[in-house]
Amino acid sequence: MAKEELMNYEQALAQFEVVIGLEVHVELNTNTKMFCGCKNEFGNEPNTNVCPICIGLPGSLPAVNKRAIESSIRIGLALGCEIAPTGRFSRKQYFYPDLAKNFQTSQYDEPIAFEGALEVEVPSGNKFNVLIERAHMEEDAGKLTHVGGSTGRIQGAEYSLVDYNRAGVPLVEIVTKPVFGAGAEAPELAAAYVRSIRDIVRALDVSDARMERGNVRCDANVSLRLHGAEKLGTRTETKNVNSLRSIERAVRYEIQRQAAILAKGGSILQETRHWHEDRGITSSGRPKSDADDYRYFPEPDLVPVQPSREWIEELRATLPENPAERRKRLAADWGFSELEFRDVVNAGLLDQIEETVAAGAKPQAARKWWGGELSRIANDESKDVAELAITPAQVAELAGLIDAGKINDRLAREVLGFVLAGEGSPAEIVAARGLEVVSDDGALIAAIDAALAGQQDVLDAIREGRMQAAGAVIGAVMKAMKGSADAARVRELLIAKANA
Amino acid sequence: MTDLTRKSASELVDLLASKQVSSVEVTQAHIDRTNAVGGAVHSYLHVSPESALATAAEIDRKRAAGEALHPLAGLPIAVKDNLTTTDAPTTSGSKILEGWIPQYDATVVAKLRAAGMPILGKTNLDEFAMGSSTEFSAFGPSRNPWDLDRIPGGSGGGSSSVVASFQAPIAIGSDTGGSIRFPAAVTGTVGTKPTYGAVSRYGLIALASSLDQIGPVSRNVLDAALLQDVIAGYDKHDSTSLPESLGSMVEAAKKLDVKGMRIGVIKELTGAGFQPGVQARFNESLALLQAAGAEIVEVSCPSFEYAIAAYYLILPAEASSNLAKFDSVRFGLRVTPEGNPTIERVMAATREAGFGPEVKRRIILGTYALSSGAYDNYYGAAQKVRTLIQRDFDAAFAKADVLVSPTAPTTAFKLGEKLEDPLAMYLNDIATIPANLAGIPGMSIPNGLAEEDGLPVGIQLLAPAREDARLYQVGAALEKMHEEVWGKRMIDFAPELEVK
Repeated sequence: MAKEELMNYEQALAQFEVVIGLEVHVELNTNTKMFCGCKNEFGNEPNTNVCPICIGLPGSLPAVNKRAIESSIRIGLALGCEIAPTGRFSRKQYFYPDLAKNFQTSQYDEPIAFEGALEVEVPSGNKFNVLIERAHMEEDAGKLTHVGGSTGRIQGAEYSLVDYNRAGVPLVEIVTKPVFGAGAEAPELAAAYVRSIRDIVRALDVSDARMERGNVRCDANVSLRLHGAEKLGTRTETKNVNSLRSIERAVRYEIQRQAAILAKGGSILQETRHWHEDRGITSSGRPKSDADDYRYFPEPDLVPVQPSREWIEELRATLPENPAERRKRLAADWGFSELEFRDVVNAGLLDQIEETVAAGAKPQAARKWWGGELSRIANDESKDVAELAITPAQVAELAGLIDAGKINDRLAREVLGFVLAGEGSPAEIVAARGLEVVSDDGALIAAIDAALAGQQDVLDAIREGRMQAAGAVIGAVMKAMKGSADAARVRELLIAKANA
Repeated sequence: MTDLTRKSASELVDLLASKQVSSVEVTQAHIDRTNAVGGAVHSYLHVSPESALATAAEIDRKRAAGEALHPLAGLPIAVKDNLTTTDAPTTSGSKILEGWIPQYDATVVAKLRAAGMPILGKTNLDEFAMGSSTEFSAFGPSRNPWDLDRIPGGSGGGSSSVVASFQAPIAIGSDTGGSIRFPAAVTGTVGTKPTYGAVSRYGLIALASSLDQIGPVSRNVLDAALLQDVIAGYDKHDSTSLPESLGSMVEAAKKLDVKGMRIGVIKELTGAGFQPGVQARFNESLALLQAAGAEIVEVSCPSFEYAIAAYYLILPAEASSNLAKFDSVRFGLRVTPEGNPTIERVMAATREAGFGPEVKRRIILGTYALSSGAYDNYYGAAQKVRTLIQRDFDAAFAKADVLVSPTAPTTAFKLGEKLEDPLAMYLNDIATIPANLAGIPGMSIPNGLAEEDGLPVGIQLLAPAREDARLYQVGAALEKMHEEVWGKRMIDFAPELEVK
């Protein structure tokens, strides 16, 4: 598996036009599998979520999971697809031990959704309209573990284990039409496209959409042709790309690898390639020709899926806002800087912040709490921030107490700890524990006088606008009051005294 | 008391209900009969005397205690060995499944158990129901009780011979192209292939999914009706099962009236190619029906000419796919070849050793028919023929309420006679195949004995989809006319078997 010769990226783009095509498999989060009642769950003991149907025992028959059809239709609608009034399943036939029946039940010539489009924005701000050819339903295969041998692959393994828990888990495969014109941004576009799909299926709540668990998997097709050429070049299909970053890297690698071969007069082998995250390269998988004969034929054990127009329209009404449009709207509403907004998106805090703002908090305050203290705590506890025992309404209440001058930041962090410990709402905790800041001017003035201890030069400096002198006094007051003073009020009183 | 095994199922049901006999007595009588003649006829691949008697004793106890019971409770039955049973091996007549005990009961088996019917054993069949004689059973052929040198029909020769030799009052069969009806014709018994979808196929080891249908095997029409009423009905495990009830077959069988019914004679299924004695008895039955007030009309089904050709493309195509799961990985035979046992070599060696010649012939044929170069000319063309045959039936049923033909061109042939000539074997099914291609119900009832060889002849009745009741109405009426003409039941002409 030698590292192959690569052409410099800019040079490759100068010589060739890049055409990409993306196949994204989305694992649906239905309770049960596609064709049987077994649990659709990740991480259970091997071969515990199995039955005669999903291990393909003689005599067993499939029955379609209606929820999987519903999810597939919603995905299709979210991608602007037409929904087929009738669609048959087919059998895709090949022998492999992870495929219990030695055929995969899939949709072949009658996908449930077809002819859609998705606008995808790349980091430069450029937008591309990616055309969707189809989205079809199929079942996942089992999981093979090859034991012995050095590669973890079937070649050279001593024996292989097969876990059918994943066999029959519902998948939707979303296939783009060839994407032209992305040029140097093709790798970014590939990653941004997959991110968009991930965001959409997450917003639809049809998939757990965790790429590291394989809930969303991408096969990236790449081909090159000379600028101006009509005929598409021979493509490779890179599999096993499990993160957004790898998709970008894998596409870039294939562009450079193919360019080097073509520039030398070589030809590209039509094949599947494997992405190796550790080495940042792709390697040859098995040759794949258009002549691969899967002997597709209509699945005789299932009647065609025939969603009624009424049902489709009902499902259309359940579609959430398109994630890209939602981001656009929130960015405008909240007024964050570009950097702040990107951080919030990357940290997956849009939902929390939106709900906190809806509960009455200022956007910046919501961002500060969720992106700061709460993210830190979640990180320490290896949890998702959404799993913390605090609601957006409670965060908004906390921010409200600060705005009203009832508590300060330091007290607020303390209150937060008590909320997470389940002591109640922020207001209840402040009341119960007597954490309210001291805003009685008399007590504060006495503390200021004590802190000044007659230093007239400090008051003079403040009067002349040299405010750094005030800091030491405010600090001393806060210390004396054990934090329960409103720093802003202390500052106001101090300035008033200096100007008296 | 006279020999209980000579009683019909409906007679036994009455005796059981009125407590004149116990289920243990009835069950034991049939077990004794099998001990006496079973070796000569070889109807069973597996007998379950202990579990049958246990079920019988349980029913007797419940009856004595006055518990509410199913009308057929305590009536013993035999089941074709291509239905899964958790308490007995299920082989489908193949070495590849020898000794396999399924983890689940077929829906039909579960219904028999729920009705409290003791299961006497599993009956022989051609391997995976591929054949017309049981000679392709991996465990040796069954024999025709009328002449032990002759075939009992196939694939369900185990079920036809078990009933014809009084080892069971009724049995379950399956019919893909005539596997219930042809054996019924050559053994002087009754066999019904219900409308496709009337009986759940869940747990029936599939031959050709779009053609297979489970049905009753019996010695008279009323008994078949009793059994169809037990096993029919929607099953959520079989997507192709019909959601609506087809009504009571028993009621239809009790009408005994054909006045005003239009009986259509299919022009293409009479005359040339049919044994003279078969044709003669057929003509006599037409006269009987006419005398009873039915109107005889002639109908034409020109596409039947292509039925066998289409059937022997569709069936092998589906079978090649259905049999792909027999790969040694999860169940059944495993053969490990010498040398490096890769998964491909283990699968190949297992299938080489486990499948018999007819199965291999059809897998190869079907695999070819579905391959990308051949699909349109073979599988695709066959599906078009299927549509034409359905149209022929639609036109015929516009003129007639029930269609009739001889069930088979000849009486039972001798063992070995057609074994080396697959095409001659396939031609047996010329009259029965169209019903499977169209999904309509068909029934074969005894139609006297052929003049030239004294062997039983069958007459086939066909009705539109979902109109199974018409078969029972006309079948029972004609059966009664035959009894009046011949003076006794047809089965009573069968020679006595030598009792061991």
